[in-house]
Amino acid sequence: MATGRIEIDFERCKACELCVPVCPRKCMEMGKTINRQGYMAAVFARPEDCVGCAICAETCPDACIRVWR
Amino acid sequence: MKNAAGKDMFSKLVYERPKTLLDRRLHYCPGCHHGTIHKIIAETIDELGQRENTVGIAPVGCAVLLYDYMDLDILEAPHGRAPALATGIRRALPDRVVFTYQGDGDLASIGMSEIIHAANRGENITVVFVNNTTYGMTGGQMAPTTMLGQKTTTSPYGRDFRTEGYPIRMAELLAGLEGVAYSARVTVSSPAHIRKAKEAVRKGFEMQLKGMRMGLSIIEILSTCPTNWGMKPLDAQKRVLGEMADYFPLGVFKEKKQADFE
Ligand SMILES: Cc1ncc(C[n+]2csc(CCOP(=O)(O)OP(=O)(O)O)c2C)c(N)n1
Ligand code: SF4
Ligand code: SF4
Ligand code: SF4
Repeated sequence: MATGRIEIDFERCKACELCVPVCPRKCMEMGKTINRQGYMAAVFARPEDCVGCAICAETCPDACIRVWR
Repeated sequence: MKNAAGKDMFSKLVYERPKTLLDRRLHYCPGCHHGTIHKIIAETIDELGQRENTVGIAPVGCAVLLYDYMDLDILEAPHGRAPALATGIRRALPDRVVFTYQGDGDLASIGMSEIIHAANRGENITVVFVNNTTYGMTGGQMAPTTMLGQKTTTSPYGRDFRTEGYPIRMAELLAGLEGVAYSARVTVSSPAHIRKAKEAVRKGFEMQLKGMRMGLSIIEILSTCPTNWGMKPLDAQKRVLGEMADYFPLGVFKEKKQADFE
């Protein structure tokens, strides 16, 4: 069961993909919806596995991710 | 939402952008490490409680808009001259924390003489040096740190030491100067490296905070320029941890202790 939750700022994401491989629980994926900047933003695909470690958020160069536990 | 024990879940915010980093969209290219480096500087300033006391000097280069992103007093220096501005401010306002933010074109090319003399004078400033082996802002020309064989718009066949010399190792060079208190090379190409980089930035700022003239601190950060390298951001990070870290070794090259001054 999830012990953490994240929120990705859809409009700020630049689809760099850096947050995807760093998640130890493989919660992140690249999405298919284009934001106003023209990027297909990352999505929190498996929220049920999130442990709230914040590694994704620390990695994001654009500070798009907030994390709760 | 409640968990099985009836406690509120997900009520504790454990990560959000640091307060020093203003809530604005950064203009950097996707995956560019300038953003990550801004974040760790902002987090460090927050953690040290120095937001009201810090003055930053922005470079000419992609990070030219630093003053739009940080909730600090920030001045814009002419290309390469950030250490000179920082010197003046730190001397006129000796209680402030003063840092420069400079690229490799800025610091190691046009600004080489400024940084060498500021370091040799032991100015009490912190220099965050972003080494992405190219002139990012102007379209990817060769820099003094460009790797041998690296193709850029001004070295279309790859950098050749016979005509362009060798990539310069600034952290080691500056560590050799007496006025330097702290010199380290880090990268932000993985979560573990981001944490180490933040520790180094903190050490650099602390050299100014101990109430003594410890001297200049320099943190060289091996960084990416996915756009001008023509690479995806994840591949660019692999290049940093492979080829770049092989030539530019990570580590601490100098760390003076308070006792050295007593
Ligand atoms: C006096 C002067 N000379 C040249 C330029 C053109 N110029 C703008 S940015 C830049 C290089 C920036 O490269 P770097 O410092 O490596 O930073 P990056 O953009 O890679 O972050 C140059 C040469 C300038 N603005 N001013
Ligand atoms: S907080 Fe940790 S577990 Fe949750 S999505 Fe981010 S990296 Fe994955
Ligand atoms: S690291 Fe940030 S900008 Fe990059 S894909 Fe993930 S959320 Fe988007
Ligand atoms: S040109 Fe290079 S250094 Fe400049 S913002 Fe783009 S990726 Fe970053």
